[in-house]
Amino acid sequence: MSAGALPGNGGPVFDPALWRGLTQRRMSRRDALGVVGKGAGLLSMAALLASCGIAGSAERRGAANIDWATFWKDQKTTKQLNFANWPLYIDSDHGKTVSLELFTKATGIKVNYQPVIQGDDSFYATVEPELAAQEVTGYDLMVITNGWYFSQLVENGFLNELDLSKLPNFFEYSSPLVKNPSYDPGNKHSVTWQTGFTGIAYNTKMIKREITSFNDLADPAFKGHVGMMNDNVELGSAALLRMGVDPVSSTMADWKESTKWLEKQRPLVAGYYDQSYISHLENGDTWISQAYSGDIFQANLSGYPHLKYVTPKEGQIVWHDNMVIPRQAQNALSALAWMNFYYTPKIAGIVEDWVSYVCPVPAAQDYILDVIKDPTVANSPLVFPSAQTDKLSHSYYIYRDYNDYQSWNDTFNPIIES
Amino acid sequence: MSTDLIEPARPAYRQPSWLRRHSPPYWLSLVGGGWMLLFFLIPLASGLIVSLETGNPVSGYTLTWNWHIYSQLFVHSDIPYMTFFIRSLYYGIATTILSILIAYPMAYFIAFRVSVRWKSPLILLVLLSFFVSFVIRTDMWSFVLAQQGFVITTLHKLHLVSSNFHILGTSNAVIGGDIYNNLPFMVLPIYVALERIDRRILEAARDLYSNGRQVFVRVVLPLSRAGIFAGVLLVFITTVGDPVNSSLLGGVGTYTIGQAIQDSYLTNQQFNVAAALSTVLMVILGIIMFAYATIFGTENLENLV
Repeated sequence: MSAGALPGNGGPVFDPALWRGLTQRRMSRRDALGVVGKGAGLLSMAALLASCGIAGSAERRGAANIDWATFWKDQKTTKQLNFANWPLYIDSDHGKTVSLELFTKATGIKVNYQPVIQGDDSFYATVEPELAAQEVTGYDLMVITNGWYFSQLVENGFLNELDLSKLPNFFEYSSPLVKNPSYDPGNKHSVTWQTGFTGIAYNTKMIKREITSFNDLADPAFKGHVGMMNDNVELGSAALLRMGVDPVSSTMADWKESTKWLEKQRPLVAGYYDQSYISHLENGDTWISQAYSGDIFQANLSGYPHLKYVTPKEGQIVWHDNMVIPRQAQNALSALAWMNFYYTPKIAGIVEDWVSYVCPVPAAQDYILDVIKDPTVANSPLVFPSAQTDKLSHSYYIYRDYNDYQSWNDTFNPIIES
Repeated sequence: MSTDLIEPARPAYRQPSWLRRHSPPYWLSLVGGGWMLLFFLIPLASGLIVSLETGNPVSGYTLTWNWHIYSQLFVHSDIPYMTFFIRSLYYGIATTILSILIAYPMAYFIAFRVSVRWKSPLILLVLLSFFVSFVIRTDMWSFVLAQQGFVITTLHKLHLVSSNFHILGTSNAVIGGDIYNNLPFMVLPIYVALERIDRRILEAARDLYSNGRQVFVRVVLPLSRAGIFAGVLLVFITTVGDPVNSSLLGGVGTYTIGQAIQDSYLTNQQFNVAAALSTVLMVILGIIMFAYATIFGTENLENLV
């Protein structure tokens, strides 16, 4: 103890009792506990009450019965567009995005391009509170994959219906694959940004025979080297296709039936992977795997030419990342203008040459071949699929309501989680 | 009168009030207590409440005191949550034991066998891996240990393993990742405990005819018990709830309770299921830690701080 603590000529600096109080347990514990206990009780009661019940999205739906013709008539043209997209999902040349620059040159609209979307679920969670409160999200255009979250946006009234009369290019140039899709009849809310296929990819160094079918994913010769997706929508859809059932028209009985094959296949599977499936395939951990066509195209160009994507003879899944305009968008007309501008062979071609998923504008193939002179992309059946491939492509099942979604989860999650 | 002359004038000494004299320790504990309340008790209570709610993300969740959720999850469930708990505890125990076996010699070496000049750099080396994000570090292992990665190709070239040998996707890979990520949490407390041992005690033991082994077993080891105890707490708790190592390094059959909680919350949006699993995990860990602290706990744990 320092001398300063002792009462001296300078007056008592510290009461020694205080030191004792600091270092010893002297006072009635019960009194103090009572005070602390009451405070804690009040606080935790408040917390308990606050946490009683979590509001569902149904209670927070946006305004219904909007006259969209009047809505679009009342919109004012602006010179700004806030565009939310996934990372690495638009052309990029030393930091410049030519497609957006051409748009600005043609229309005078400045684009604030933000590659902020990391996943449908996480992005939905980010914008949902603002959309539910009917506040401005700060985005005029967002790119969302068809699926549960897309349907939630539509069902909750979080999206503007499109004024299709302002999208003449879409009707002139879009591929039949993206017109009037099952998840958004009549393109009421969305037009596609990019399309992708989910099928099978395999390592031609390790597997010498031809892979043609989903049944090859259950070949005992590949034990411990089979990769499957931990996205239960992809996993379930593959199992349904294998049975010869189109996921869109599948029933719960089909789902149950399809899990039998998944369970039988399980001992051969190395893992149920997220996006990391592609590195496992590249690293040779897996020899054969469920795969997205765009990833395999990119892998082929970046040092893994021995990976091969195949459309199984039973069919493959086709999914779409869609441009949508959220309610309360401040620059809705700019968003429509961009949609229309994108659907030209030139702009879609510029974007596609860099992104190389599946192009929604078939005529962009000639633009890439003749103007950009990039035959690798233009002649790839992965980027510009043949009509034959289109015929083999099926969409995801569309959930009728949450219980339906829950049944799907309950059916397929036990395969992944065990 | 005369005393007035001798004693210099000083301000009247005022007896502090009862509250002022007695409250300081409690005031000082306010921050810690508030911390516990905010980040432990309230989350625990609200987790329990959410677990008793029923509903779904569309129609919302309401509190219905649905205690059945616990029997649903552990008795009649398609998903074997009990297996995940047991597996996670196994990973936790294996990781803790192996970490002690690896960390103790490291800490001992740094504390007793190294000159003072080298101690800080060596401790820094132990901590060096923390300079890179946890997830990235773990993901890098999945590249190193991959089938065409450096380790396995080398083993193949030396014909030490069969062509079917793989590391990733096994429980051993997950435990290895857990050990790698948690080792510093074991090394540091043990090092601190060893460092605090008065060297004269060791000399005294030798003077009393202890050989090297006896000095270690009867003097050093008991004196470093507090360090091992603290390390066990840190490593075991983090490992049991960890979803990262098992998802990045594991495969089929390495699914842990941490992953189950993460998936039921984020992917399936079953908030009540996620809350119920977390509550059970907290309670199980609480019981294990309480039992452990009662049986093996040392009085001098606070000496480490």
